[in-house]
Amino acid sequence: MVQINQKITVAFNVNGGDVEIDVTPETALVDMLRDGLLLKGAKRSCDMQVCGACTVLVDGLPVSACTVPAFEVRGKSVTTIEGVAADDRMAGLTDAFIDNAAIQCGFCTPGMVLAAKSLLDRNPHPSEDEIKDYMRGNICRCTGYKKIVEAIQEAAQKAVQG
Amino acid sequence: MRPFRLYEPTTINETVATLSELGDDGKLYAGGTELLLAMKTGLLQYDGLVNVKTVPELEGVSYSNGTLTIGARATHSTVEHSADVLAHAPLIASVEHRVANVRVRNVGTVVGNLCFAEPHSDPGALLLLYEAEVDIASPSGTRSVSVEQLVVGPYETSLAGDELVTRVRVPLLPNGMRGAYLKFGYHHRPTLGVGAAVSVTDGKFLDVRLTLGSAPPKPTRMRDAEAVLRGAAVDDPAVAIEAGRIAAEGCDAIDDLHGSAEYKRHLVQVFVQRALAEAVERGVK
Ligand SMILES: Cc1cc2nc3c(=O)[nH]c(=O)nc-3n(C[C@H](O)[C@H](O)[C@H](O)COP(=O)(O)OP(=O)(O)OC[C@H]3O[C@@H](n4cnc5c(N)ncnc54)[C@H](O)[C@@H]3O)c2cc1C
Repeated sequence: MVQINQKITVAFNVNGGDVEIDVTPETALVDMLRDGLLLKGAKRSCDMQVCGACTVLVDGLPVSACTVPAFEVRGKSVTTIEGVAADDRMAGLTDAFIDNAAIQCGFCTPGMVLAAKSLLDRNPHPSEDEIKDYMRGNICRCTGYKKIVEAIQEAAQKAVQG
Repeated sequence: MRPFRLYEPTTINETVATLSELGDDGKLYAGGTELLLAMKTGLLQYDGLVNVKTVPELEGVSYSNGTLTIGARATHSTVEHSADVLAHAPLIASVEHRVANVRVRNVGTVVGNLCFAEPHSDPGALLLLYEAEVDIASPSGTRSVSVEQLVVGPYETSLAGDELVTRVRVPLLPNGMRGAYLKFGYHHRPTLGVGAAVSVTDGKFLDVRLTLGSAPPKPTRMRDAEAVLRGAAVDDPAVAIEAGRIAAEGCDAIDDLHGSAEYKRHLVQVFVQRALAEAVERGVK
């Protein structure tokens, strides 16, 4: 059995690059990303896994980085919004958010885009109901969601057209 | 959050030995979706957390001989997407799909949900419908109890500090029984969950199971309400109304953020009738 008292080395892949960083067991993933690696896209907001502003993907699945401990990503791949922004293959999705004005203040946008990416990776042609169902755990206080749903629909459509 | 030490055992024996050594200073940690929230606010404090996710034996969902087995490491998402669950108990997959949001389902476990015993939860009332049991390991051996006996009240289980739930065993509903589960609420956690399973012959209820969650202090089997249904005509609305009334009266609802006790009793009355109707309809199809 391993016992970790104060320091744990987290070796993982973030946005395609391998990194290694020492954290304490109680360090949340969002703090390791923001303070340790200066990836500020994920935001601590409600701090109770309700709002989705801290969403990142771990091995492709969305989690709340405000509560998931940093040590959980040892040996895993983490995708943050910075990784999406730098990935040309994701331009269809991010452009769709911009073209549809699915952004106002932008605070929820990184989480929205990452959740949408995870949905489309699994289900490239979601219905409107499937989009709403998957995205219901990401809260936006400005846009009223309609434009976000439309952006995801457009991204799915454009991906089909190539 | 106050600093804690992390223990990563690799066997069940190591896990319970560590728990026993730590005593009140230690706690099992699965997904942490409940535990870490309570620790962040300072409501709970532990010096050591014991990770169940490093124990391979606790993994997975499987099916054999009419029983689904959900390991302690299985997340809501694992259960929701499990081919065995979809094939043998699609109702469980559909209820699991409606638990929390996708991020919590990717991390939180079914067993962790049962063991935290937060009243506003779905798995308890759902698994009571199946008369599910949990297997428990401790330094002195193993035992099994029903989910009904596991949860004793709000945030309270019958587990000792050095006990680990290794799996939930879910027997499929008996032949001819069809189940339904309805949940209701406007908060991120449910205000009410009602489970109904029925078998029908010659237009009469042959067997009935009725369960309530979230409104009562713990997931509850409504046996008095079941009793008035057995043998009664399925198309007699008065019988379902009477079952709903008995369930509402017996549900021990309290006033809280989800509404007044009176409001919850009203919900119970209405949703018991709806759940029964849905279970009957599924049986007919
Ligand atoms: C935003 C949000 C929405 C939610 N919505 C819903 C909902 O709609 N319906 C619903 O049912 N639930 C809901 N939940 C609750 C969710 O289902 C639970 O948080 C989750 O399942 C708990 O599992 P965990 O693995 O994270 O448990 P942990 O937080 O790791 O542990 C919880 C407790 O169980 C103990 N424990 C864990 N594993 C074991 C074991 N193997 N043996 C003995 N004890 C153990 C721990 O020591 C701890 O006390 C919601 C939660 C959140 C945060």
